[in-house]
Formats: sequence, C-alpha cells, structure tokens
Amino acid sequence: MNSYLLPLLGGVLIGVAASLLLLFNGRVAGISGILGGLLAPAPGEAGWRGAFLLGLAGGGVLLALVRPHAFGAPVVPGLGVAVVAGLLVGFGTRLGNGCTSGHGVCGLARGAGRSLVATLVFMATGALTVFVARHVVGGAP
Amino acid sequence: MKASLAAGLAGLLFAVGLGLGGMTDPAKVVGFLDVAGAWDPSLAFVMAGALGSHALLRRLILRRRRPVLAPAFPTAGTTRVDARLVAGAALFGVGWGLAGYCPGPALVVLPVGGATVLLFVVGMVVGMGAFRWWESRLTARTQAQPG
Repeated sequence: MNSYLLPLLGGVLIGVAASLLLLFNGRVAGISGILGGLLAPAPGEAGWRGAFLLGLAGGGVLLALVRPHAFGAPVVPGLGVAVVAGLLVGFGTRLGNGCTSGHGVCGLARGAGRSLVATLVFMATGALTVFVARHVVGGAP
Repeated sequence: MKASLAAGLAGLLFAVGLGLGGMTDPAKVVGFLDVAGAWDPSLAFVMAGALGSHALLRRLILRRRRPVLAPAFPTAGTTRVDARLVAGAALFGVGWGLAGYCPGPALVVLPVGGATVLLFVVGMVVGMGAFRWWESRLTARTQAQPG
C-alpha cells in the first residue's frame, strides 16, 4: 500500500474512535486526561476511563497478533532515560492540560487556539530534543 | 455498563488507528520529529486523517441534544493561553522526543513492549501524581495567604 495511505487510514480510525467516545459517552478523547483523571477518580468517573484504557491496551494485544511489525524497537538509550521521559510526559501533559490526542486531535478539530499553541510548542520542543539527542550528542550528520 | 462497553470499543479502535498509522513505532515518531535529518512525514498524514475525520464527525454529532449514553456534551473550557499551557506542552515535547512515545501509544505498547515502555509508563503515572501533589500544595498555600 502507498506509504502515506496507511498513515492516513490510521489517522481516520483515530478520528472515528474519538468521535465514538463523544457520541456515546460525551467525552473528549484526550489520553493523558483520561489517565490522569483515574489517579483519584470522582464518583462515576472510573468506569469509562478504565474501560477506554483497557481498550487501548487490548488494541495493543490485537495489533501484536495481526500486525506485529507495528511495534518498532525502543529508541531510548537506556532504562533511566525511559523513566525521565515518562516523568516529563506525565507532569507536562497534566500541567499543559493535554497531549497529542487532547490538543493535537480533539482540540485542533474544534478550532481551539489554546490547542494550536500547545501543539506547536510540543512539536517544537520534541524536534529540538531529537535534534540535540541525534545530531549534537548522538553524532549523526 | 453500556457506557463502559462503548468507551472500551472506542479505546480499541483508537489503538488500532495508532498502530496502523505508525505511532506505536518510536523510531517513526522520532523520524517525524527529526526535521534536520531524514525527515519522515508520514505522521503528518496520521494527524491530517485524525483531525479531518474528527472535525467533520463532531459537527454532525453535536447536532444531537445529548450523547447517546451520557447526560451532556462537554462544555467549552478555558480559552486562556498561559504559562502553564506553554510550559506543560514544552516539557511534554521533550519527553516525547526522548522516548518517541506519547501517552496513547505508550499504553498500546505496554502489554507487549517489555521493560522500556513499562518504565516509561511508570514514570508517566508518577509524573501525573507529582503534578497532583504539586498543584494541591500550591492551592493550599494560596488559600493560607488571604488577600
């Protein structure tokens, strides 16, 4: 298949999944918000959040069975870096109130200026981090 | 029960979309962020597909009075662009660039991904907990100083 057709199709499925959550549950499919709200859930909040996250993990198992090459090897240089990256992602997404899905998909889809700013900022610092890790520290040309 | 089933199916479909789109392969994510190297634009197509389809469908969905299994649609939140938003997005981007995982894909890879992604997710949950703690201290301090 065309190398851009599959990413486009994957993206459409993500958009449809976010739409289903809105249609049935009246919720915004921001993953960091769904997970963060599960740490100390208000009454009635744990069920749908837990179910959505279980669905995500179940999707991982399904993909591993039918499309194992969807998972590449990790790129972090060590387990310590993986923990630090996780800490930054966890703290940062709660402070900034969203991640790639909440700001980058749902927020932009409703035309939120806040989400546009957030998306541009995390893309920029992400690109800068890769630049430093690969081309400054890592020595790639 | 019905609501949880619907949310679970939405999560499953979301994961399949992430997997087909390439977001569960950290090398692809880092390749997308590597604008100075051999840039891989494919994730821009994931974003375009997700954004386009969701923008269209949400307009149709919001014609309804209420969601199928819930009392109301979400109300529009704050529109303020503040230091918290920018700082949070900046920190998130650094972590994303380091590991090539954002929260959704990390949770999809978790059951099959081994120690690296497990430690990333542990770090992520601890980071979220640390934010809660920091914010509650901040709130307590603000309330302790009247005026």
